[in-house]
Amino acid sequence: MKIRSMKRRAAFGLGLLLGLLTFAPPGGSAAEPIRIGAFLAVTGPASFLGAPELKTLEMYIEEINGAGGVLDRPLELIAYDAQHDAKKAVTFVKRLIFQDRVDLIIGGSTTGTTMAVIPLVERAGVPFISLAGASVIIDPVKRWVFKTPHTDRLAVARVFEDMVARGLSGIGLLSGSGGFDQSCRGNAKALAEVHGLTVLADELHASGDTDMTPQLTRIRTTPGVDAILYCGFGAPTSIVAKNLRQLGIDLPHYQTHGSASQKFIDGAGAAAEGTRLPAAAVIVAEQLPDDNPQKAVGLAYREAYEARYQEPISTFGGHAYDALMLAVGALERAGTTDKEAVRTAIETTERYIGADGIYTMSPTDHLGLDTESFVMVEVHDGGWRLVE
Amino acid sequence: MTAALLQYLISGVTIGAIYALVGLGFSIIYNASKVINFAQGEFVMIGGMAAVFLVADGLPMVAALPLAVLLAVLVGIGLERVAIAPARGASVVTLIIITIGASILLRGTAQLVWDRNFHTLPGIGGGMPIEVLGATILPQAVLVICATMAIVAALFWFFKATRTGQAMLATSYDPTAALLVGIDTRRVLTLAFALAGGLGAIAGILITPIGMTYAGVGVMLGLKGFSAAMVGGLGSPMGAIAGGLVVGIAEALTAGYLSSAYKDAVAFVIILLVLVTRPSGLFGRRDGISL
Repeated sequence: MKIRSMKRRAAFGLGLLLGLLTFAPPGGSAAEPIRIGAFLAVTGPASFLGAPELKTLEMYIEEINGAGGVLDRPLELIAYDAQHDAKKAVTFVKRLIFQDRVDLIIGGSTTGTTMAVIPLVERAGVPFISLAGASVIIDPVKRWVFKTPHTDRLAVARVFEDMVARGLSGIGLLSGSGGFDQSCRGNAKALAEVHGLTVLADELHASGDTDMTPQLTRIRTTPGVDAILYCGFGAPTSIVAKNLRQLGIDLPHYQTHGSASQKFIDGAGAAAEGTRLPAAAVIVAEQLPDDNPQKAVGLAYREAYEARYQEPISTFGGHAYDALMLAVGALERAGTTDKEAVRTAIETTERYIGADGIYTMSPTDHLGLDTESFVMVEVHDGGWRLVE
Repeated sequence: MTAALLQYLISGVTIGAIYALVGLGFSIIYNASKVINFAQGEFVMIGGMAAVFLVADGLPMVAALPLAVLLAVLVGIGLERVAIAPARGASVVTLIIITIGASILLRGTAQLVWDRNFHTLPGIGGGMPIEVLGATILPQAVLVICATMAIVAALFWFFKATRTGQAMLATSYDPTAALLVGIDTRRVLTLAFALAGGLGAIAGILITPIGMTYAGVGVMLGLKGFSAAMVGGLGSPMGAIAGGLVVGIAEALTAGYLSSAYKDAVAFVIILLVLVTRPSGLFGRRDGISL
């Protein structure tokens, strides 16, 4: 379960050796590390989220430590694999808080695991930055809880704006059964009216389903449907795209940022072409105009990640990058690891330019992202294309 | 209207055929040992994942697919040799728990050996749908249905016409009597696991181009296959096929006409109804269930 890397163990051994060699030097460099706890879905059905997140954290913590750490102290990553399992998440967060005594927690790759640990984190008073999508995490605002990815609410709003711009009006909605899926579905139904759209069909599928043609057939036979929105992530995103093609439904097809991964395109093949979704600008960084402040950050992250891991970036690793950098920035501004000071420092983050967008937090906004950084992309020739 | 109904039936029959293949595996092992093998879903996963990774390694499909099936057959034999055979004499419940343990082990191993991502295989006909009376069917779905029919025919021939098949049947009717007339019932048990492994793997390969595969794909497919076997009557190959189709079609029709939210619930309600009215399943023998 425990995925403290071998490197850490080696570093610990080396540290011990050095400690023995330089026994009790006054004002020695054996500074107490700043402990960053993480619980991520590294394996299991949501591993496409947790795996790039962990890789990103490991890569940048190594880099930060190489450059001298934060507040002249090295960062220590204590990461657990909670999979997509709320019970495991609670166990590991208890361990992070009470046994590992971490200074800050990053994680919860999924909405379900994040929501499960919020009461714990709030009671213990540890700054907590979630990497999950749903808006329920920060709405209403919780004192110690922050998050980096755009919410499903923002995603749905962005999709609806695009639908309105294309003159569409009747939505056929299909959702999975997970926490994010259902939160997205709720937001879609709530926001449709605001945008002058109507949800005409509201279909569901179970996790592990391999065929959504019955639901999509039902949507097709619903009169007035001229656009399809799918709320969900993982394998079903590709299956939905393939089923639409099989049924010959060529209505405009939208998904959420839960599909902003090469896995979606690879899984659906040619059927993915033309699918539109809102995504963090980082996946189309090279297509951004040069004066966009995110372009440089996005390109730098992509280069570093792809060079080290030989795989294309997804937006999910970007969430972890932003969480870590927000935390580091807050630690530096606070000048201490005192939990209340760090919390306040995160809350007063101003114009941090990250992979997901530009963050300006406040006591009433624990996400702090602007909407311009959330761009509409379309699958084109097996890659992402920025929609103007 | 009829086009929609036809579409639901196509979807139901396709997925039902997969459930039937998985259910057949449950029945064959149940017949040989009265054990319900909860690692059956993992055979499905091994078939799909092995095929995906062998193809990714550059093997042509004609070589990769039989190799993937062979791997699942070997895992089936290995499971029986390593885990089930040494526990001979233990209660049926103990053996079932062993298979649950094996399923978790196999899933974990697959994550390590292969990976944790979703994969697909190219289907036949390039994924271009065929239109039938306003409904559409993928060439791959036609293949699923035809392959299932061919496998079922082959199995019936095997059980009716070969000595080994007859020996397996005899063992399922009365293991002691079978032993007394000189049938090596231990070999029958190994063979049952091998067959179940192979059937599972074929199901896994067939469904991958339609529904994708990943290390945990066997959990839900295993459960549905088990449902199929229960509905049809555990131990009855005919029952597993009928059960698979009933569950698959019921799911599709529920999603189409009632509500997709209750799709899985309806499948399980059917199982309850069948078990209450006919405890041994649609095609089961009266003495069929000894749990």
